[in-house]
Amino acid sequence: MQHETPSHGIDMAALGRTERQALDLSREKVALDVPGLNLFYGSKQALYDVKMMIPKQRVTAFIGPSGCGKSTLLRTFNRMNDLVDGCRVDGEILLDGKNIYDKNVEVAELRRRVGMVFQKPNPFPKSIYENVVYGLRIQGVNQKRVLDETVEWALKSAALWDEVKDRLHDSALGLSGGQQQRLVIARTVAVQPEVLLLDEPCSALDPISTLKVEELIFELKSKYTIVIVTHNMQQAARVSDYTAFMYLGKLIEYGDTDRLFTNPEKKQTEDYITGRYG
Amino acid sequence: MGDPLMKFTPTLWESHRQPFLQKAFTPGSCQDILVVVTPFTRQGTEMINKDGHTQHISQQFNAELEEVRSHLLAMGGLVEKQVNDAVNALIDADSGLAQQVRDVDDEINQMERNIDEECARILARRQPAASDLRLIISISKSVIDLERIGDEATKIARRAIQLCEEGESPRGYVEVRHIGNQVRKMVQESLDAFARFDADLALSVAQYDKTVDREYKTALRELVTYMMEDPRSISRVLNVIWALRSLERIGDHARNIAELVIYLVRGTDVKHIGLRRMKEEVEGTRGGDEPAL
Repeated sequence: MQHETPSHGIDMAALGRTERQALDLSREKVALDVPGLNLFYGSKQALYDVKMMIPKQRVTAFIGPSGCGKSTLLRTFNRMNDLVDGCRVDGEILLDGKNIYDKNVEVAELRRRVGMVFQKPNPFPKSIYENVVYGLRIQGVNQKRVLDETVEWALKSAALWDEVKDRLHDSALGLSGGQQQRLVIARTVAVQPEVLLLDEPCSALDPISTLKVEELIFELKSKYTIVIVTHNMQQAARVSDYTAFMYLGKLIEYGDTDRLFTNPEKKQTEDYITGRYG
Repeated sequence: MGDPLMKFTPTLWESHRQPFLQKAFTPGSCQDILVVVTPFTRQGTEMINKDGHTQHISQQFNAELEEVRSHLLAMGGLVEKQVNDAVNALIDADSGLAQQVRDVDDEINQMERNIDEECARILARRQPAASDLRLIISISKSVIDLERIGDEATKIARRAIQLCEEGESPRGYVEVRHIGNQVRKMVQESLDAFARFDADLALSVAQYDKTVDREYKTALRELVTYMMEDPRSISRVLNVIWALRSLERIGDHARNIAELVIYLVRGTDVKHIGLRRMKEEVEGTRGGDEPAL
């Protein structure tokens, strides 16, 4: 005779899985690899021998005090620093195994693959629709059907579709700050990048818009590799899988967010995230 | 009655100012335990110490953490005294003292509620991270154990009153005194470990729990044998057995607090992993960052 243990409607298998799988950088696929990077603004060195790997389809957060080089590091990932006078990069950054600082790399194509969103929403003074399809038009795509479809899914994936679907041809400047920021994210994902760089995307937004953008980050994670720079440590703790702490141009500690925020290894990290005198 | 916190804080503070290891186990109290004298064997452990939470940029946050911590230690001091009084009341058949223990329990319950509230407030307003987070978690968990220790002391006091009424037990007082002393020391040392963020002392408390369990079993066997020989004494001897049982539980709670101290200092959860692995965690001899199972 067989006895069945009553389960009382509880998923017994799930109970055994209560312990969260610890994230492990060494087991992740690589999106961007930085084997060793130095960066100078004129004679001043801004990054000191940064070695790190950005895992694929994960959210990686950079935290650190102002001037620690986190934005600078983020900008090197799509060569935004090329525009800065006197900026010199020494070292490689590998995207799919190829150095993005090679001479024959086309920067426009690189920036399509590695999109970026800035602190302040910067929509073009055009309609919502034109903002989203801007990148495609530059690439020479003009078929209305393709553009319409792109607008719909890009706005949907930026969680903005329901709010703007009836006024796609109104000016983008009429949107609220939070909506503008999500529009900019939609514009960035419309060209289907591989990596999304977010440079303090929520610092100019109210808490509700911030939560919407964070929710969006969580959803985009399944398709894109996301790197976010934030001054808000709670935000880094909420949205990221991995966190890197930088200080004075050096990468101090990099690892699983849960571990970094409960039991960091380095004293400098501990002092920073708990708000002590450094 | 005045603020119960104020009565115990000064003496506690004095005891915490004593230099490291001066107050560690006195010789003879734990012959079979290894007392570890290497405080910092792992890199990074120096980042947490008892002055750590006085260095926040926010002075207010400093003050809040300091306050909740000293409230916990004050509560610990009171609980320690309760255990002491309860055991003495039982041994000396002092029903007045026993009644006093039962009355003070309300104060302990009130302290638990206050500390809980403080912890919730700090979590909500400060979102502590890293060692601050671990401090708040271990305080809010230790407080549960302390309150239970208080409850067990009350139970012992109730047994003491019953023994006064029914006549004293023919056996068992030696065991109560002996185990009572050991358990009291465990409570005291687990609180000292908390005050000094001393994982090594916490480890020795956890290890000592084994000894107490063993002595409890031995005492039980002896008293059961006695009851079999003299069934008329059963109800009186049972009172002593219940008291011993409470003492043994107090030891377990002290061990829980010690485990929380290890979590606080080392950042690893050492519950239910056995003493051997706990020792490895504390000494940092466990290689790498493998997740604890």
